[in-house]
Amino acid sequence: MLGAIRRGLRRGALPADQASLLATRLASHPRHLIPARSRLPRPAQIDLFVANVEKEFGTVARVADLASVPGAVADYLAQQNLPSAFAMAPHPELRSIPWSERPLLVIREGRAEASDTVALQHGFAGVAETGTLMLPSAPERPTTLNLLAETALVLLRASRVVGPYEEAWDLLRADRGEGDMPRNVMLVTGVSRSADIEQTLELGAHGPRRLHVLLVEDDPDAR
Amino acid sequence: MLATSPAFKENARRALADAGLQKALARSGTSFVARRAAAVAALPEFEQLREIGREIKNHTLANLDFYLEAYEARVLAAGGKVHWCATAEEARAAVLRICQDAGARTVTKGKSMISEELGINEHLERNGITPFETDLGEYIIQLRHEAPSHIIAPAFHLNREDWEASFRKSHTDLPADRVFHERRDILTEARSRLRARFLAADVGITGANFLIAETGSSVIVTNEGNGDLTQTLPRVHIALASIEKVAPTLEDATSLLRLLARSATGQDLSVYTTFSTGGRRSGDLDGPEEYHVVLVDNGRSAMLGTEFQEMLRCIRCAACMNHCPVYGAVGGHAYGWVYPGPMGSVLTPALIGVDKAGNLPNASTFCGKCESVCPVKIPLPKMMRHWREREFERHLTPSTMRSNLGLWAWFARRPGAYRLATRAAAALLGFWGRRRGRFTSLPMAGGWTGGRDLPAPEGETFFSRYARAQRERRL
Repeated sequence: MLGAIRRGLRRGALPADQASLLATRLASHPRHLIPARSRLPRPAQIDLFVANVEKEFGTVARVADLASVPGAVADYLAQQNLPSAFAMAPHPELRSIPWSERPLLVIREGRAEASDTVALQHGFAGVAETGTLMLPSAPERPTTLNLLAETALVLLRASRVVGPYEEAWDLLRADRGEGDMPRNVMLVTGVSRSADIEQTLELGAHGPRRLHVLLVEDDPDAR
Repeated sequence: MLATSPAFKENARRALADAGLQKALARSGTSFVARRAAAVAALPEFEQLREIGREIKNHTLANLDFYLEAYEARVLAAGGKVHWCATAEEARAAVLRICQDAGARTVTKGKSMISEELGINEHLERNGITPFETDLGEYIIQLRHEAPSHIIAPAFHLNREDWEASFRKSHTDLPADRVFHERRDILTEARSRLRARFLAADVGITGANFLIAETGSSVIVTNEGNGDLTQTLPRVHIALASIEKVAPTLEDATSLLRLLARSATGQDLSVYTTFSTGGRRSGDLDGPEEYHVVLVDNGRSAMLGTEFQEMLRCIRCAACMNHCPVYGAVGGHAYGWVYPGPMGSVLTPALIGVDKAGNLPNASTFCGKCESVCPVKIPLPKMMRHWREREFERHLTPSTMRSNLGLWAWFARRPGAYRLATRAAAALLGFWGRRRGRFTSLPMAGGWTGGRDLPAPEGETFFSRYARAQRERRL
């Protein structure tokens, strides 16, 4: 197949100098034009993230700190008439939350199962440009939590909200090292939907019908 | 998939007379156009991004061998496998072998046009493995044993009553007299139906919108979440991708993603944009254990270095067909193979032969709308013209058209004779049609006047009127 491609391109394998130029391009992964819309002062950038999540039919609760999360989760589940049991990512930050303050919440740590109606994921980053959550897989961040339950809750630190996607990729590279991708990286923008029936939008296809972001206000520049 | 492209004219005639199809086309025709326009208007940099998208794709195609090898090295490093398949037959065999090795009985599938091109479902079925399409649109057309009529909205041609009838007919274990109050009820029934399929499947097959050389990732873009369930829950994930899907880096793919959803559905980004790299890592609680990429050529490399190379920039957004007056009149099935609309009219002759698909590049008004909305600026009308030339060179054009073209060319090369002949024709037609001002039928032009009237000339050609005006100005 490579031979057929080279015949089409009317050349043999690339000479070493050209190949090394391309290898440099891969290693330096230059950025292209980045839309100006997310280049904002910090508080406005976080507001843009929230506005874009809401535009895509998600909801956001802004909470002061991790200690406020159990109350925010319990309130949301009660408002939506949802059971108070959920599957939770075994992430150290989620584990550090004082859940015992809300003893009625029933938490199971691990991946999501088909029977789960609510799941709580740990968000790696948020992209203000389009209100997108970056959810890379890891032992402490199972992918099924993004998908199987009808209601997806995601905890995200406001300090992890960036402007464009490119900044989120750089966070991921800084976290793991260049070129080392997690098995799965989901960019989630709003709730599952389909317009396959008469090109009319219906929410809640195979993925979550509700997406609720718990945004922890930990960013000193955003206050 | 057996092509009915040679019968395009007959297909189109039938499509124009199909009341259900015309209802669907009339309803949906403008919605994609309006949504794209709104998304583009909201991003001032969109035009610059189109140029960048074009450059990224051109750069990648010029170095396709390098980037595919770099990509494979990263997939292997992440514990995945790449199966290089030059033909559709090899790709079908590779998919079947992986499924058989996994002892698969059922397979779930995310929406993939390359799967349609390769005929994966039929091949699996023939070998005792049941594929279940999980994208809502693909699901219903599988129930109806139809082909997709649109590359991002497979059930574009169906109306709500078709959905209800098909669900009643297929889901016979549910009460026959159940009521679908809203579209949502149809969606809910499909969701619960398919949930069991996702959980039971041994293998999940998806397509890929991009492959990334930097990281060895395959990328899928969906709104429903079905593609993610397909590639996350079964023990084995197969990603089907053609060779031109590779993009060098995450930054390159990101720039292309900014164009894709806006051009396709008018969203800023599709709901789920997912990057998969290899199989389950140590300590992971979920995800497939095996990860395979079936990398398919099937005619693409033969387009390199030809006047059709630029077609390989296509990112399958469907903007060209959404804006096409021909697609809007006859729908996707009339095109007779996997890829409809303007992109299909260029790609199909390259993949199945201009002898079979020569009708398609002729089915264009050359209005140029497709090129003007293409996110990677593919000159679609120009390439359709190239196909018309090839068709003519290979003597595939019908003999009446060839002889008429020859006649026209004879006159066109002799301006005096041309003016004389047109003056005579204009005078004759003008005299003949002077009372009604139009012709509802003409000898030897019944095909044309069957669909519309020909306005009668006013008795004078442009040349003679121009000459007269010049004379009068001088006086």
